[in-house]
Amino acid sequence: MEELRILSPTAILGYGFPMKSFEEGMRRHPHVIAVDAGSTDPGPYYLGAGISFTDRTAVKRDLGIMISAALEEDIPVIIGSAGGSGGEPHLEWNVQIVMEIAREKGMQFKTAVIHAEIDKDYILKKMDEGKVYPLHPAPELSKEELERTDRIVGQMGIEPFIKALEQDVQVIIAGRAYDPVVFASLAVQKGYDRGLAIHLGKILECASIAATPGSGSDCMMGYLGEDYFNVEPLNPVRKCTTLSVAAHTLYEKTNPYILPGPGGVLDLTNTEFTQETDNMVKVSGSKFIQSEEYTIKLEGAKKIGYRTVSIAGTRDPIMIAQIDEVLQGVRERVEDNFSDSQMEYFLDFRVYGRNGVMGALEPQQEITSHELGIIIEVVAQDQATANTICSFTRSTMLHYGYQGRIATAGNLAFPYSPSDLKAGEVYTFNLYHVVEVDDPNELFPMEIMTMGGSV
Amino acid sequence: MNIKLIDAAEVIRSKNSGPYELTFDIIFREWETFQLFCDKKLIGKELIAQLYNIPQEKVINVIEFKPAKAIKATIERPMASGELGETDVYGAQQHAPLLGLEFEV
Repeated sequence: MEELRILSPTAILGYGFPMKSFEEGMRRHPHVIAVDAGSTDPGPYYLGAGISFTDRTAVKRDLGIMISAALEEDIPVIIGSAGGSGGEPHLEWNVQIVMEIAREKGMQFKTAVIHAEIDKDYILKKMDEGKVYPLHPAPELSKEELERTDRIVGQMGIEPFIKALEQDVQVIIAGRAYDPVVFASLAVQKGYDRGLAIHLGKILECASIAATPGSGSDCMMGYLGEDYFNVEPLNPVRKCTTLSVAAHTLYEKTNPYILPGPGGVLDLTNTEFTQETDNMVKVSGSKFIQSEEYTIKLEGAKKIGYRTVSIAGTRDPIMIAQIDEVLQGVRERVEDNFSDSQMEYFLDFRVYGRNGVMGALEPQQEITSHELGIIIEVVAQDQATANTICSFTRSTMLHYGYQGRIATAGNLAFPYSPSDLKAGEVYTFNLYHVVEVDDPNELFPMEIMTMGGSV
Repeated sequence: MNIKLIDAAEVIRSKNSGPYELTFDIIFREWETFQLFCDKKLIGKELIAQLYNIPQEKVINVIEFKPAKAIKATIERPMASGELGETDVYGAQQHAPLLGLEFEV
């Protein structure tokens, strides 16, 4: 069995890569260039609002290079979790970028677009059948909660990609996908071992993060054989070591031995990592265990309001010593001032220098800093209410007369004018569930189109 | 003999594992120390719960991962990532209490 070569240019589409590393990769004549474009890490806003967390210009730069090189070699480019969250607006955003590239570079190529946004009615039906359940520790899903959801995506598995590859397309742009499958799909289609292919995909999805020194914006090459795979960084300053590769297996995972995905789990109990060359690591023994029911992971977000924040600091030791009393006093004054109104709002103070980073998990009680950073945060049903409460809290805090106050001109240092920043819509995750499907393709319709040239 | 975790480990980090969990990785420098920590079960659910002042049932697991000389602990996030009151959307700065750990062996 010939080695299948897979090039992963960057950890996330738009994070970039050095041209030299990419060219080094192309010299190895990869069979496919694949890239993961998404994550839930940046939080619920991007999924809910339909906006990419990566920058358009940066994504276009990466894709322009990848697609030109792939056309020259006549190999496919596979993009998963387009636009970061992989919903309809995200996918459309990415399709537009690819169209633009084709037009500007005068290229023409066949493209598959695979959708991953899921209709609420489908979920409702599946709920009635008892086929939707939360991924612990996410809460159960009620029908009311489902109704409040603004956007739901499902993480597709390998099957929709194989279906697209069978159509002999040059580029695949897919909505939300299980990260490793963009790298693994061509291999699985060609009959390589699914466990090894997915494990290789797990490593390649973060590109050079699995090397040392690690980087999220540098290329990595994967070589898949019959009963092993090798990973190799393409920048001479980096090496893959057994430790760097094994350590990456831990990253963002709850249990590094058992990694659940669409249609089954990746079992790494018997995986072995060996140093193949100075900078290349060989991996073997990883297994895919098919599950009885094929499940798709769902991610959903709902809008809960609008945010306004005000950023300030204090350098006064008398105020710092009684910061909790000051905040409590300010909060009471705000509540009292608007007690007759119907306004509903969430008011919070983030105090850097006390527990601004760790919140409830912060073990240190005592403040040891000579200055504190304070963020006044308000979330309300509409932007106007958020603005009102934030503004009022800010002015109240600025002139609040606390015990023993000596600096009577103002309690806060504002770095900016305006001091209050409208942060816009606020979303939260409200779906982190799996749904049992009858067919791995049923949620992910595909379109075939020609990019560039005359259609 | 006392061992400071910060001396024994080359990586101590935290990160989200999905929006509802927070996971800690401690990657040791030497096999011997990793083995010692595993044999003596120096890092367990109880210690993690104590360190982060959370009930033990909020600690999902503590796993020894030999291929990486690593011990990994995962807890339930105090709230889902990005929920109102969030302080660390990516969960990448929750590791500091581990840095101060010291063990008598």
